[in-house]
Amino acid sequence: MSNHVTVDRLQFALTVTFHYLFPILTMGLALLLAYLKTVAYLGGERRRLPLLRKTAQERATYDDAALFWARIFAVNFAVGVVTGVVLEFQFGTNWAQFSNFSGGVIGQTLAMEGTFAFFLESTFLAAFIAGRHRIGPRWHWIAALLVFAGSWVSGFFIIVTNAWMQHPVAYALHGGRAQLNSFWGLLGNPWAFWQYTHNMSGAVVTGAFVLAGTGALYTLLGRHEAFSRVCLKVGVVAALIFTTLQIFPTGDQHARRVARYQPSAFAAMEGLFPSARGAPLTIIGNPDTERRTLESTIEMPKVLSFLTSRRWNAQVRGLDDIPTDRWPDSVPLVYYAYHIMVGLGTILWAIAVIGAFLLWRGTLFRSTRMLWALMLAWPLTYIANIAGWTVAETGRQPWVVFGLQRTAAGASPASSVPAGTGLFTLLGFAGLYLLIGMLYVLLTVRIVARGPTAAEASEPSAAEPAPAEPTSAART
Amino acid sequence: MATVFFIIVAFMITSYVVLDGFDLGVGALSRLLDRGERDEATELIGPIWDGNEVWLIAGGGVLFLAFPRAYASAFSGLYFGMILVLWLLIGRGLGIELRRQFENPLWRTACDTVFWLSSAALAMVFGVALGNVVRGVPLGPDGYFHLALFDILNWYALLIGLFGLVVLTAHGASFLAWRAADPLAQRARGWARRLWWGKLVLALGCAGPTYAVRSELFTHFADHPWRLAFPVLALGALGAESAWQRAGRWSQAFAASGAFIAGLLTTMAAGLYPYILPAHEHRPYGLTVANAATGHHALGIALVWWSIAIPLAVIYFIVVYRLLFRARPATPRLP
Repeated sequence: MSNHVTVDRLQFALTVTFHYLFPILTMGLALLLAYLKTVAYLGGERRRLPLLRKTAQERATYDDAALFWARIFAVNFAVGVVTGVVLEFQFGTNWAQFSNFSGGVIGQTLAMEGTFAFFLESTFLAAFIAGRHRIGPRWHWIAALLVFAGSWVSGFFIIVTNAWMQHPVAYALHGGRAQLNSFWGLLGNPWAFWQYTHNMSGAVVTGAFVLAGTGALYTLLGRHEAFSRVCLKVGVVAALIFTTLQIFPTGDQHARRVARYQPSAFAAMEGLFPSARGAPLTIIGNPDTERRTLESTIEMPKVLSFLTSRRWNAQVRGLDDIPTDRWPDSVPLVYYAYHIMVGLGTILWAIAVIGAFLLWRGTLFRSTRMLWALMLAWPLTYIANIAGWTVAETGRQPWVVFGLQRTAAGASPASSVPAGTGLFTLLGFAGLYLLIGMLYVLLTVRIVARGPTAAEASEPSAAEPAPAEPTSAART
Repeated sequence: MATVFFIIVAFMITSYVVLDGFDLGVGALSRLLDRGERDEATELIGPIWDGNEVWLIAGGGVLFLAFPRAYASAFSGLYFGMILVLWLLIGRGLGIELRRQFENPLWRTACDTVFWLSSAALAMVFGVALGNVVRGVPLGPDGYFHLALFDILNWYALLIGLFGLVVLTAHGASFLAWRAADPLAQRARGWARRLWWGKLVLALGCAGPTYAVRSELFTHFADHPWRLAFPVLALGALGAESAWQRAGRWSQAFAASGAFIAGLLTTMAAGLYPYILPAHEHRPYGLTVANAATGHHALGIALVWWSIAIPLAVIYFIVVYRLLFRARPATPRLP
């Protein structure tokens, strides 16, 4: 791999990883916000649906919670936007040959994201942030639903874009460039559906644990009791639902697509060197690519074969049967990232199950140990989400478009963007993102420290204009 | 079909410059404002600037979709310029969004400085980028090129950069002249009048150098006289703006300022067509609508959904603006 390609890869790895930290939370929170607003708006004491059967006071708490989380959402959205523009530009600046090769296909979905999702999301977020008093309760609820729709549509187009790089479909090659030949084939890429559901469910897991974690924090501090209970309840139940969905069916189905379409990535994920009938599932082990073995393993015999093919003795292809020039550059990286994701997913599921059990028994709000666990669990969800994307992106290597274009052939020509130039901007981005990260933490900590009542107090009354009240989507 | 997309891309980029142009201009002008005026000015553009920026993202997406080769070539060849745009966009967003977060004069001064510097620099850099496109870039036979930083900043591009700065600053002044309350509006009106002369001088002054670097920009108009509608639009808007300024009709003057920008950009697009990224030395290597476009199927599909998505986007804007401002007729602060 020539030098400038490494720099381009590092720069993209930095910018995309940093960027994605923010949409994880906005996409997850968008669903939970829409839920909170729905209960607040549609709820009533005589509703037949138990979820909506709330007293006026409970509904007010749900509304306050939505307001508080909208503030967190807005900060995340702003950082997500400014760091997201960078990615679109970088396709052209650092990955010119990839853009030239695949723009005819993935330009479609990227442009659709911009025109369908961003306009929707940014306009209605501005309305939502402006507040219920300004636009009326009904539109405030509708705005929450549309922000949710915008952010999930945006996620969909990005996943379809990535799915095409993972498993190219619906194209023909003309003059060394991929041209779209079936629009619905592109949107209906068999890779995309399960990747999308798995990804979005992962985002909701983060949103749920952040909700529950904040509720746990306030409960342990003895502050904002009504608000904390709503956050804990909604957070824990959502965590249970979505950690379960994360494993089955989405995780299971997505893994089976990887096994079918990217056997090299799958073998690296599992650390499987010799092809085997009745292949074991490795829980712990260290891959050694020199000697082509796994060391220090704990295995479950035949389980891997069963999971991939639903037959205990099915054949699973190992790395030994794949030429080394088609192996991922770093098999251990793929392997560890995958095992971290699965391991953390399991731990998070266990926390959610215990939390939901205590909630059902009515002891959650008093169980100090469980509250501590919930308060500290949310970073694990970020690690699991990022580890999952690390598997997807490093597992696909050495290809940028699987089987069609190698990563080294996708970078901008060294004559246009030499390694030194790339290194300079890489360092620039690192510095700038460090600053953005610190500002983000500062602002978020301040919102959490002020708590939901501060959010309430700053709500402008309908009568008097409050010029200091932020109305921008991004301002908080 | 590729021509249709040339028009669509030109439309989206023009929309972006007209819309984000005034908040960039307000940013550049904010250097001249005192503290209270600066609060007022940023309050006016605060809710709308990032909606305006979505046009850049969406326009870039459509350019990528329709002309991937031109996108790849221009973005990698103008590497430093593009990365600079990104950093400035980030700095600008942080500056305007964070200035109110801490009630500390040093903090606010720092944010405001970042905001005006990056706004002014962006107005300039966009001009420089357009200048380079008009002048042509040193495309090789493979369709790629490399311009070092000082080659990006050639004399012609710098001239257009200056023009961009003046035009967008005037656009920002027009916006404030229309939207702000006195005394800020009074000051902005003075700037708008003075900057009008700057626009006139530079518009006439750029014609000669443009002929020097790309004479076919003019011969194209001789071959296709109907395309003269665009420069006529630009000059007509410039004249109308002056008349409305003197009549004190500032909303019309602002609209004319926008029409002037649209006229300039469409003149450029009409003059370049069929080139989308012309070559500086080896003319045949230039990227045209034909050789940079993506496949027919993709363009046909994109035209369908684009025609649905853009009216939808316009509806969102209308709905949200009406929602935000129907209840408070006392402060109808949005255009």
